[in-house]
Amino acid sequence: MKLPSILTSLAISAVSFLFLSAITVSQADPLKVGFVYVGPIGDHGWSYEHNEGRLAVEKKFGGKVKTTYVEKVPEGADAQRVINQLASTGHNLIFTTSFGYMNPTLKVAKKHPKVHFEHATGFKRDKNVSTYSGRFYEGRHVAGLIAGKMTKSNVIGYVASFPIPEVIRGINAVSIAARSVNPKVKIKVVWVSTWFDPGKEADAAKTLVDQGADIIMQHTDSPAPVQVAEKRGVWALGQASDMTAFGPKAHLTAIIDNWAPYYISRTQAVLDGTWKSGDTWGGFKSGMVLMAPYNKAIPKDVVAMAEKARIGIIDGSVHAFTGPIKDQSGKIVVPAGKVASDGMLLGMNFYVQGVEGKIPQ
Amino acid sequence: MVFKLEPRAVPSRVMIYQSPIIAVLLTLLAGMVMFRLLGTDPLQALDAFFIEPISTLDGIAELLVKAAPLILIAIGLSIGFQANVWNIGAEGQLTIGALFGGGLALAFYEFETPFLIPAMLIAGTFGGMIWAAIPALLKTRFNTNEILTSLMLTYVGLLILSYLIHGPLRDPDGFNFPESRLFHDSALMPLLIEGTRLHIGFLIALGVAIFAWLFIFKHVVGFQIRVVGLAPAAASFAGFKQKRLIWFALMISGGTAGLAGVIEVAGPIGQIVPVISPGYGFTAIIVAFLGRLHPIGVIFSGILMALTYLGGDSAQITMNLPSAVTGVFQGMLLFFLLASDVLIRYRVKIN
Repeated sequence: MKLPSILTSLAISAVSFLFLSAITVSQADPLKVGFVYVGPIGDHGWSYEHNEGRLAVEKKFGGKVKTTYVEKVPEGADAQRVINQLASTGHNLIFTTSFGYMNPTLKVAKKHPKVHFEHATGFKRDKNVSTYSGRFYEGRHVAGLIAGKMTKSNVIGYVASFPIPEVIRGINAVSIAARSVNPKVKIKVVWVSTWFDPGKEADAAKTLVDQGADIIMQHTDSPAPVQVAEKRGVWALGQASDMTAFGPKAHLTAIIDNWAPYYISRTQAVLDGTWKSGDTWGGFKSGMVLMAPYNKAIPKDVVAMAEKARIGIIDGSVHAFTGPIKDQSGKIVVPAGKVASDGMLLGMNFYVQGVEGKIPQ
Repeated sequence: MVFKLEPRAVPSRVMIYQSPIIAVLLTLLAGMVMFRLLGTDPLQALDAFFIEPISTLDGIAELLVKAAPLILIAIGLSIGFQANVWNIGAEGQLTIGALFGGGLALAFYEFETPFLIPAMLIAGTFGGMIWAAIPALLKTRFNTNEILTSLMLTYVGLLILSYLIHGPLRDPDGFNFPESRLFHDSALMPLLIEGTRLHIGFLIALGVAIFAWLFIFKHVVGFQIRVVGLAPAAASFAGFKQKRLIWFALMISGGTAGLAGVIEVAGPIGQIVPVISPGYGFTAIIVAFLGRLHPIGVIFSGILMALTYLGGDSAQITMNLPSAVTGVFQGMLLFFLLASDVLIRYRVKIN
C-alpha cells in the first residue's frame, strides 16, 4: 500500500505545480519580431546567419523591439502552427526563412491581415507578405573563378541539397566562372537530399575527394564538407557563413549570407509604418551577399581577379550568366552578348556545360 | 555491493497500467530539475510547455491535428506488436499512402464531387498496405526479418516521394520548385471547427481506435493475435495460421499508416511536399508502447506525445528555451516508461 500513496502525492504535487504556476503577461510595447528557422541556430550555415540577422536587429533597436525565434521547424504541417502561434502572440513582423514555409506563411497571413510577413526564397506574395532572397550566384561566380584557378585535378566536387532552381543556379554559376579561366574544369555533383545533415554531407564530400575532386564546394548548411577537405588536404569553399574555423588551411573563402541590413530596414519600416509588400533579390551591391576573407594561400593575381569580378558585379559590368552559355547538349541557351534574365535564373532547371551527370527528376 | 535484477513471480497487473502514469510524473519531475539547471523558473517552464499550448481553442485544435496521425499509426502498430510482428516502417507506409491519396487529389483536380475525399482515404490506406505487403511477402515467403525490410523500405518510400515531387507531381506553375499544386477545396478534409485546422481526421482516428478495441477484445482473430504474442508455441499447437496473422498484422499497420499519410496531405498540409511527416512513423512506436498497445491507451498517449511537440514550440517562443527540449522530454518519457516496466517484471536485489 506504500507505492500508491507515494503515487498519489506525486500526482497531487505535479498537478498543483501545473495549476499554481503564474502566467506572466508582458506589456506589448516593443515591436515583437518573430523568426522561424528550418535548422538549428548552431548549424553554422543558413539558420545561423538568419539568427545573426536577428541579433543585429536586437542590437540596432534595443528596447524598441523584442525578438523571438523558433528553430528546427519542419517544413510540413508544423510550420503553419508555429507561424500562427507567433502571429497570435503579438508578433507584428515575422520572418519565415525557408522555402517550404511559403504556403504556410500565406495561409497564416490571410488569417492575420495586420501582421507583416517576410518569406525568404519564395515566389508567392500577398498584401502583407513580402519575399526576399540573396543573389548567391554572384558569390558563386567569384568562388568559381578562384576554384578554376586553384584546382590541379580540374575536378570540382559539389555537395548539393535539393535540385531546386536556387541550387542548380549556383552549380551553373560555378561551372561558367571556373571554365572561363580553366576550360578543362569538370563539376561532379552529389545530391544529399537534406539542407543539414553533417554525416551525409561529410560522406558526400569524401566520395567526391575519392573521385578526384581537389576542391569541395557545398550548397548545404553544415561545415562538415569543409572539415573533410581539411582532413584530406584539398581546398574547400564555405557556404552561408565564414567557415574558416572548421578548416583553416582548406577554406579558400566562403559566400556569406548577410541578412542584417535587410532585417534592420524591414523592422525600421514597420516601426515607421512604411512597410510595403514587395520582392527583394539582393546581391553584392546591397550587401546581402558578401565574400569571406580570402585564404592567404591564394596567389595575389587570383585574389585580384576575384576582387575585380566582385567589383564588376557591383558596378554592373560583370554578370555571372553572360552569353554565350551552352547547356549540356551544347545548345545555346543564352546568346553571346546577352545576359540571362531574372525569370530564367529563377526557374533554372538545366545544367550548363562542364557539369557532369543529370539533374535528378 | 552488487545489484541484481531478479524476475518477479507474478508482475503486478495494476502496475502495468500505472507505469505510464509514473513515467509521466517522473518525466515532469526530471523536467523541472532540468529547467532549474537551465536557469529558468521550472514552474513557468512547465506552464509554457504543457499548459500554454492548449490554453486556447486554436491550441486544442492544433493538439488534436497533431495527435491524429500519431494515434492512427500507433493503433495499427500496436496490433502488430501484440502479434510479435515488428513493423518499423510506418514512416514509409505513411509516405506511400500520402502519395496514393494525394495523387488522386491531383489527378481529379477541380472535380467537384463529395466522393473524392472518401476515395482518397481508401487510396491512401491501400497505398500503405501495398508498401507493407512487401515485408509481409518477404517474411512469409523467405522468412526475412520484417524489422529490417520495413525500415529499409521507408527510405525507398521517401526517395519515391522525392522523385515524384521533383518530376511528375511538381506544380506546373511553380518555377520547378519541388511542391505539388495546392489541392482543390473538394480534396481537402472537411473542417470540424471553422477558423482552426481541426478536421475530420481526428474523428477518423477515434473511430479506428474504437473499432480496433472491439476487434482485439471481441473478435476471434484479435484473440489469436493476443495468443500469438503471449505464447507463440501454444498458438501453433492450437493450429493458428501464423502466416495469415503476419499478413494481417502488416496490412492493418500499413493501412493505418497510409491513412495517416493521406490525412496529413489532405488536412493540415493541403498539397504534396517533399517532407510530409516529421517522423510520425517512428514517434508512433513510442506512442504505441506508452499506450500499453491498447487502442484506448494509444489515444491518450498520442495526445500526450502531440503535446510535447506543441510544448517545444511554445517553450521556445515564450521562454527562449532550445528546441532540443522537445526531444529531451520524449526521450525521458520513454526512458522512465521502460525503467518502470523493468521494475514491474523484475525486483532489484542487493547482495
